[in-house]
Amino acid sequence: MGLSNSIPLSQVKTGEMFQINKIQLEGPLKRRLLDLGFIPGAVVEVLQKSPLGDPVAYRVSNTTIALRKEESLLITGSLIRSEAHE
Amino acid sequence: MSNFRIALAGNPNTGKSTLFNLLTGLRQHTGNWPGKTVIHAEGALDYKEKHYTLIDLPGTYSLYSNSADEEVARDHIIFERPDVTIVVLDATALERNMNLALQVLEMTSQVIVCINLIDEAKKKGIEINERKLARKLGVPVVKISARNKTGINELLETLDQMADGKIATNPIQVTYSNDIEEKIAQLEPLVQRAVGDAFPARWVALRLLDGDKSFLNALKKRQNGVQKEVAVHGYSACH
Repeated sequence: MGLSNSIPLSQVKTGEMFQINKIQLEGPLKRRLLDLGFIPGAVVEVLQKSPLGDPVAYRVSNTTIALRKEESLLITGSLIRSEAHE
Repeated sequence: MSNFRIALAGNPNTGKSTLFNLLTGLRQHTGNWPGKTVIHAEGALDYKEKHYTLIDLPGTYSLYSNSADEEVARDHIIFERPDVTIVVLDATALERNMNLALQVLEMTSQVIVCINLIDEAKKKGIEINERKLARKLGVPVVKISARNKTGINELLETLDQMADGKIATNPIQVTYSNDIEEKIAQLEPLVQRAVGDAFPARWVALRLLDGDKSFLNALKKRQNGVQKEVAVHGYSACH
């Protein structure tokens, strides 16, 4: 499975957990996301959307960080089922 | 009284500035870094017959994303070469904070890792074995709470000893993939020939491999600046 279930982070709903598989970016922007804790294997929780739906607040490695859709669209991975999480 | 320059580095919201304020009190002045809209805070501290100038670097997650904040912090550590760099980490988010700590350890061996917010970590049930961490990182690790003023004496004592050169450090080196390590080995002697011992050759080689134009520009500017200064001195000496 894994790869066939791959979706962008931007599609994950509030309250759901997501595990990063790949960051489809290069150069300084990729570096920036890695520095902020968006690294392959990291688990991200979708905290809340802003009133207009963008940007969205994420919880990653114990810190809250907001990303715009441009960025979250390029972070791909898979949903973590809530049963598995609990 | 001998004077030492100490840089404080750390992620945002690690209580770095709380520590800075605690150590320097009202003996500080702020302004901007030259040519940048980034706050520059500098303060003074006296401890055991030594005078320290503390520089509060901007809070950053990294030194390589090339924002103005990160460039200021990187340039200060690499060009100004502080006598000691204190890396302040958030005890409740060590994994995230380790990124910056490892980056600083690649640049200089005169580092004290200072784990702040230890009181909050305790509340969350996080235990930190600082001896084990110190052994692994190869530099001293001190646990503090800047807000509750705990561990500060130990930090100052460690600072005093490092300033005296009494602490031998052996900072952990990140090992990269074989491909990269091979290229580093090829570049290191060339870098050494080009820039001498002024900069850590391995670190500069890594920046070259990274294609870090921001650093190369800063280096060029720096070297031109130094040459210009020499030229001006030569001119005034003629008068």
